[in-house]
Amino acid sequence: MKVHVQTEVNGEAVEFLCDPTTTLLEVLRDNLGLRGSKEGCGTGDCGACSVELDGALACSCLILAAETQGRSVATIEGVATPEALHPLQSHLLKSAGLQCGVCTPGIVVAAKHLLEQDPNPTEEAVRYFLAGNLCRCTGYDKIIRAVLDAAAEMRGEAA
Amino acid sequence: MSEAMDFKVIGTRPIRPDGVDKVTGRASFGADFSLPGMLEGAVLRSPHAHARIKSINTDKALAAPGVKAVVTGADFPQVAAGAIEGGEGGGDFADLAGNVIARGKVRYHGHAVAAVAAQSRAQALAALALIEVEYEPLPAVLSLDAALAESAPLIDEGLMTSGLPEPAAAPSNLASVIEMGNGDLEAGFAEAALIIERRYQTPTVHQGYIEPHACVGRWGQDDQAMLWCCTQGAFDVRSMTAKVLGQPVGSLKVIPSEIGGGFGGKTTVYLEPLALQLSKKSGRPVRMVMTREEVFRATGPASAATIDLRMGFSSDGKITAAEAIMAYEAGAFPGSPVGPGTMCVFAPYRIANFRIKGMDVLVNKPKAAAYRAPGAPQALFATESAMDEAAQKLGIDPIELRLRNAVEEGDSAIYGPKFGPIGLRACLEAAAAHPHYTKAKDAGVGRGVAVGFWFNVGLQSSAEVHINEDGTVTVIEGNPDIGGSRASMALMAAETLGVPYESVRVVVADTETAGFSNVTGGSRVTFATGMAVVEASKDIIAQCCSRAASLWSTDEDMVEWRDGAVHPRPGVNVEATPLSLKDLAGQAGRMGGPLLGKASLNARGAGPGFSVNLCDALVDQETGQVQVKAFTAIQDAGKAIHPSYVEGQLQGGAVQGIGWALNEEYVYSPDGIMENAGFLDYRIPVASDLPMIETQIIEVPNPGHPYGVRGVGETPIVAPLAAVANAVSASAGVRMTELPLSPPRVLEALDQA
Repeated sequence: MKVHVQTEVNGEAVEFLCDPTTTLLEVLRDNLGLRGSKEGCGTGDCGACSVELDGALACSCLILAAETQGRSVATIEGVATPEALHPLQSHLLKSAGLQCGVCTPGIVVAAKHLLEQDPNPTEEAVRYFLAGNLCRCTGYDKIIRAVLDAAAEMRGEAA
Repeated sequence: MSEAMDFKVIGTRPIRPDGVDKVTGRASFGADFSLPGMLEGAVLRSPHAHARIKSINTDKALAAPGVKAVVTGADFPQVAAGAIEGGEGGGDFADLAGNVIARGKVRYHGHAVAAVAAQSRAQALAALALIEVEYEPLPAVLSLDAALAESAPLIDEGLMTSGLPEPAAAPSNLASVIEMGNGDLEAGFAEAALIIERRYQTPTVHQGYIEPHACVGRWGQDDQAMLWCCTQGAFDVRSMTAKVLGQPVGSLKVIPSEIGGGFGGKTTVYLEPLALQLSKKSGRPVRMVMTREEVFRATGPASAATIDLRMGFSSDGKITAAEAIMAYEAGAFPGSPVGPGTMCVFAPYRIANFRIKGMDVLVNKPKAAAYRAPGAPQALFATESAMDEAAQKLGIDPIELRLRNAVEEGDSAIYGPKFGPIGLRACLEAAAAHPHYTKAKDAGVGRGVAVGFWFNVGLQSSAEVHINEDGTVTVIEGNPDIGGSRASMALMAAETLGVPYESVRVVVADTETAGFSNVTGGSRVTFATGMAVVEASKDIIAQCCSRAASLWSTDEDMVEWRDGAVHPRPGVNVEATPLSLKDLAGQAGRMGGPLLGKASLNARGAGPGFSVNLCDALVDQETGQVQVKAFTAIQDAGKAIHPSYVEGQLQGGAVQGIGWALNEEYVYSPDGIMENAGFLDYRIPVASDLPMIETQIIEVPNPGHPYGVRGVGETPIVAPLAAVANAVSASAGVRMTELPLSPPRVLEALDQA
């Protein structure tokens, strides 16, 4: 028996049918064609599928799609505007804060959430906040620097 | 090529061509592709580490809702033995086929036994549960000692050890033996004032790429097939899959997706032949995506190793003799990287008297795959730990001890060839002068030093350079971009052609579009494929010169290429305005047609890579937990084409090495089931575990490359194991010889000290 879900993704109303056991990540990727969120583990350990649900940061692989009824989901696809990348995206590019790039969407979503909570985080705060987002390529150094630089730019300071 | 080369764009740090796609989520990785009518595939895996398959009944699965095809080992041809060329892991096609799907016997927990394609993944998973397999469990062999024991159960009953002076008398789990040596070992040890003799052990670890293996396969009624997959080498996937399926190479098109990390682990095939066979049976495209658990249980771990090392030193720190007996776990099929391990173990040093023995040993674990400088991290962990202990006991600074033994240009490497220009001494001197090394240590902190080494390889590459009608440039090559290589290709093309970086776009094409290229591995892409891009750009320049000369009615040797345009040579009396690439591209139709440059080559002269790492670590005396307080990676890159991505290689390799040293290991139950097959329990380093990773790039140009490049991708993972272990040993006050240095192991050592 399928569930009929009406929800909002990146500010747009969407509806879909899904099994009660289907995860939000599966629906995003397979039903809605939003494949920027990645499945790295399916167990909430890697953060590659990070989204915001009603403004809370979450792993979409741990959320049932049916739970999103009447709520609001934000994914990597909604981060940049048609005119410009988000400062986090620009600084990740400038700092070479990605190598393979598969963890990058999750890092952007998580770091954006952090900067909305704390516009001036310390290096340590960034490291602890992003501890749930695994990256195997970069050793995190350039990611952390990109987040600190983006934060500075968003505060209006020279990065 | 000279050190005084004046570069315009090489050495700058522009944004990578594929950057925006990757920060916006638009880039398509292995699991991000679909075709109309596509089915979802799933694999039934062995619940035993070692068992005979007595029967498989797939009737109920085939009758299950939504199921369109089921395959087992019986659906695949027998593949004859034959060496796999040009890959990073090497190995044999018959073993590869046996690893893709079990026949007769399962050799590790997680070994593929059957595969199902159904309309949904849920239906495929449900059908797996309906496949009836009768097993006769056999005792599992899970360690080197157990595998080499007299009456050990045989994993491959027909396996005769190769590499012995006399043919093996009986089958065993010892697949091969490699021996090399020189000088008089015992005389060398007799000369020694100090002998360090220890056993060093490293665990089974995984490459840990964040993207699980994934592919989509489609088989046509004309026996032409297509594969979309995440791989380090589309041409390797093509040759391996064709071999496993008994098809001609030309009948298979492989489209490489963006790749979410590989580190050597995506240089072979697992799902690809299964997806195509399921597609052939069902007549539908089939997608297969591994779970993280499957990635751990059934794909390329790096070999666990036991190294018995003996090194002799004179009182002034010269190595008088060295011996290494190295056993590496191959997993369930032959092919551990013990070969390169034996070649690397003493490579950084001048040693007149040495003996090295390597053993490739079967155990009931997944078949080992390449992992970044395959075989070297284990080997140098042993040597660099012994060097550290020797420095301590001789009262010589650890960098100074290494300088007294370091190989230099003109020395014969232990593995044969003479070194050209190399950067070991420069790295050691940079390390000695580095603020990290000269600053005082904080209380309780131990500081470790270690050297890293990797050969780097060349192999075959192709590239095409297309000049578009407005003078912009398209580069077509066949090496998946795993960490910014499109940017280095664009930089080298822009430098050679004298055009802006922004005017060059680089396409990683499929096997029907790009010329043949070996795998993205061996730290070869910026070196070898880069060389092909430079050669193809030079082909364009030659064509431009020829066209300009003909337009100016002069000889080709009267013109030259300078600053992105053809000019008359100085002193040549020709009335002509220089012709830029744009000018010539615009007139291509009137001058012989499109400008298309090509190169295909087998790159020789890959320059070896040396590194030195510094690590400050603090051991918590109560819990045994280790904190890395500071880490510096210094490495010779030859010439850093895009320095940010070179630094990124140094930092990423350092952190993988830190993980290998401190946390990572496969934990097995007594019956051979991996107990930590997930990122929660197999703990790779996270951001909060680490400090910033400082880097220093040394540039000793490699004469084998037009711009001096030597590979940089693999060397970075070699030194960290010993750098961390030496720092931990210093902080703990006890010599640590077995990795990982997890809290229980460190605590045990502290208790016994």
